[in-house]
Amino acid sequence: MRSFWMAAWAVAAKDMKIEWRTKTAFASAIVFAVLVLSIFYFARDPTAVSALDIAPGALWVTFTFAAMLGLNRAFMLERENMAMDALLLAPIPPSAIFVGKLLGNLAFVGVVELVSLPLFILFYNLPIVRQLPALMGVIAMATIAFVSVGTLLSSMVVRTRFAELMLPVLLLPFLIPPVVGAVQLTSRILIGRPLSDLAGWLKLLASFDIVFVVLCFFLFEATLDE
Amino acid sequence: MNRHEQALALARRGQVITWIALVGLAGVFIRALVFTPIERTQGPAQKIFYVHAPVAWAALLAFAVAGILSLLYLWLRDRKIDSIAAASAEVGLAFSVAMLTTGPIWGKTIWGTWWSWDARLTSTMFLFLLFIGYRVLRGAIGDPDMRARFSAVIGVMALALIPFIHMTVVWFRTLHPEPVVLRPDAPSLPGVMLVTLLLSVVVFTVLYVGFLLQRYALDILQDVREEAASAVS
Repeated sequence: MRSFWMAAWAVAAKDMKIEWRTKTAFASAIVFAVLVLSIFYFARDPTAVSALDIAPGALWVTFTFAAMLGLNRAFMLERENMAMDALLLAPIPPSAIFVGKLLGNLAFVGVVELVSLPLFILFYNLPIVRQLPALMGVIAMATIAFVSVGTLLSSMVVRTRFAELMLPVLLLPFLIPPVVGAVQLTSRILIGRPLSDLAGWLKLLASFDIVFVVLCFFLFEATLDE
Repeated sequence: MNRHEQALALARRGQVITWIALVGLAGVFIRALVFTPIERTQGPAQKIFYVHAPVAWAALLAFAVAGILSLLYLWLRDRKIDSIAAASAEVGLAFSVAMLTTGPIWGKTIWGTWWSWDARLTSTMFLFLLFIGYRVLRGAIGDPDMRARFSAVIGVMALALIPFIHMTVVWFRTLHPEPVVLRPDAPSLPGVMLVTLLLSVVVFTVLYVGFLLQRYALDILQDVREEAASAVS
């Protein structure tokens, strides 16, 4: 058990180290997030729609697409120089590779979100110091949902033609429940509704997380070449 | 009999079944238009229901079969299962197109709008898009074993996704008619209409089987062709 987590951690640490040394994907994902957030601000009639009304949607569309950039990259790294074969040759369970990749992607997407969240609050002028912990909880739950499904799908699509195009087409249908849930929760949190109002959507997010993390964990082995 | 001949025989059987279903479909049309009374509140527009509901049933059946066969493939790893699953998914896409076009035609007269983000409408559309993704993925992979594994993974994940999409869109809001046949108490549909509907469901199920057999036979023929081509080169 301990060696499983050590192997997973080694994979995640490797990915994070590569990212830390180049910072290309990371920098582009953040710039991308800032651009989308500001484009959304202007994509409305300011006399008819207040910034608060479009803020939840803007936030989640931004996060979804920024996450997709990171996920596309995750297994692309392993394709160069057939690094994936080397990973598979290592005497570790294949599911440890999945968990490692999942952790690496979570770290990547999480940091991009952490950087763009303050900008979001600033841009949309949201007075939400008190609701911030609840909002961050929702972000964490939805991010786990995105990244678990995204990691599995990205491990498959990198081995197909038109990989960059394929990931959104396959991934977005799976993101409907978490994105709709996260937007509903975010809009309720932003206008300060009580927690009891959120219970249904929170349960949906939590059950999605549990079901898909477990499912992706077990399905990952089926995606590997024998 | 070699594989090629077997596939041709299968295709012929599929053709016969399809013709039987098409004749049945003509019968359903006649019965629905001439021998089934006009519904009081909805008027003639309600007739489309005898096509719309059964075609939706056939589409969902096709997708469910594709999902369950995907699960089975991951367990047994038999290429045949993958072929049937893919054929079923493709037939499901065709039925979905019929479902998603007849629905709005009915909706325009009864709801007053072509499209509404109603729960069942939305979830079937997402399911349709998901299986388009499945089909696109299959087209983007050359290696048959990899294609089978990857599409089975997507099929299994689609099975798990359906309840979540359903819950999501129901909570968002809904305006679809309440179920009229499969409901806890007796069906709320008068006997004559119910018979027409059930007849149509049977016909569309037979049509599904006919299409499925032909599509599966085509897949085998393609496979035989590819093997022959690689043997030559």
